[in-house]
Amino acid sequence: MRTSAPSQPGGGIAADDTVAISLHINGELRHVLTDRRATLLDTLRERLALTGTKKGCDRGECGACTVHIDGRRVLACLALAVMAEGREVITIEGVTPADGLHPVQASFIEHDALQCGYCTPGQVMSAIACIREGRATSDDEIREFMSGNLCRCSAYPQIVAAVRAAAAGA
Amino acid sequence: MQHFAYSRVATLADAINAMQQPDAMVIAGGTELLNWMKEGIAAPARLIDVNGIADLAQVTADDRGLRIGALARLSDVAEHPVVRTAYPAIAQALLASASPQIRNMATIGGNLMQRTRCPYFRAEVEVPCNKRRPGSGCAAMSGNDRTAAVLGATAQCIATHPSDLAVALAALDATVHVTGASGPRSIPLVSFYRQPDGTTERETRLDAGELITAIEVPASAVARQSRYLKLRERASYEFALVSVAVGLDVEEGRIRAASIALGGVAPKPWRLCATEDALQRVTLSDEAAVRKTLTADFADATPGRHNGFKVELAKRAVVRALQMAGEGA
Repeated sequence: MRTSAPSQPGGGIAADDTVAISLHINGELRHVLTDRRATLLDTLRERLALTGTKKGCDRGECGACTVHIDGRRVLACLALAVMAEGREVITIEGVTPADGLHPVQASFIEHDALQCGYCTPGQVMSAIACIREGRATSDDEIREFMSGNLCRCSAYPQIVAAVRAAAAGA
Repeated sequence: MQHFAYSRVATLADAINAMQQPDAMVIAGGTELLNWMKEGIAAPARLIDVNGIADLAQVTADDRGLRIGALARLSDVAEHPVVRTAYPAIAQALLASASPQIRNMATIGGNLMQRTRCPYFRAEVEVPCNKRRPGSGCAAMSGNDRTAAVLGATAQCIATHPSDLAVALAALDATVHVTGASGPRSIPLVSFYRQPDGTTERETRLDAGELITAIEVPASAVARQSRYLKLRERASYEFALVSVAVGLDVEEGRIRAASIALGGVAPKPWRLCATEDALQRVTLSDEAAVRKTLTADFADATPGRHNGFKVELAKRAVVRALQMAGEGA
């Protein structure tokens, strides 16, 4: 897991790199001061306290930071926050009902599809999109279309089962 | 990350104007450029966000061919009904690329501008690499060259080009349309990439201040019966060790025309022109005869210490891809 600071050491932002942006996140318009160089991922986590989206590799290799932008699954570590202005961002917090779980979340628990849980928000966001795309019709297809989400605990068989079951119920 | 200015443009003309400023780079999908900036491989002073140029995201097709706007996303092109039926190697190459998330972000133009995945080029702590720092040397030559080129490498660089899409486009005789301050021009895909020379850091014939606007692929029988085969160390989400795009025109079991490009083995998509000529009138099901046609194109192969397997793997991949394309008829 990378721990490098998104902006300046100590978490501050140099004045000339500060930008005020407005992001549509989980159905709300959020006004936020961030660093022009900050990824959407770091802005979600460090500026908006939306820490459900996880920072794994920070290079687009692991899928832990998967969110939806304009209804499509993408990687928040490979998008600048300033590029997300004017678009609809949905994070794991945005798919979780106030009084329960999204069916895909429930299916992950039901099928024991996690161990440490660090990749799980990204897996769930990817799985919701995978099912919506119609790419969860067989185990092979689920494996192929969930391949952008790594699980270092290797809960893959359970993840495939969880996605398959959630797709059947969708 | 270094400081940069960020601006959005809504028209191609505005993009070209903005790109004439010093140290300006275009950002679209961002899936390559942001990693370069994080690693210190690129340090643009200005980022020009071109995602608002709606015209450049169109995919259109007619009887003569296919036109893919440079800002079309990989996932959208892969799912396009005409691409799937009339240019299947393109759809297959795109679906074998990256992950679903990255395919939703990455653009066709950006895909062609990818840089090598050579681990020495991408190293977090910089090592000698003529692409990364011109004149610094090549750590791969004395290091692990397992993923390196076996065709077309030079004394400057043995890196391979990573794009799957470019291999399919090379086999299907695609043209790259670009625009710059002096107007539009077009470059055949097969000559879009340069072989490494004294300016190894310059990988394409795109000039500074120019932007890819579209890719055109002519319609043909060969394109309709095309196939992309990608061999890698994992079943998914991995770059190719060897890949091959083939297009076939077969009449009564005999090859009338074949078109073949290899990926993962050279600094650019590598057309097998001698093989294509030799395959004419060969019976597709005669595996020994098909294999024999490959001899000339591999005569100049220069495997290194850890990548000798690529020569045999590439030959077998071509034979198999031709068989697969034939079965699809």
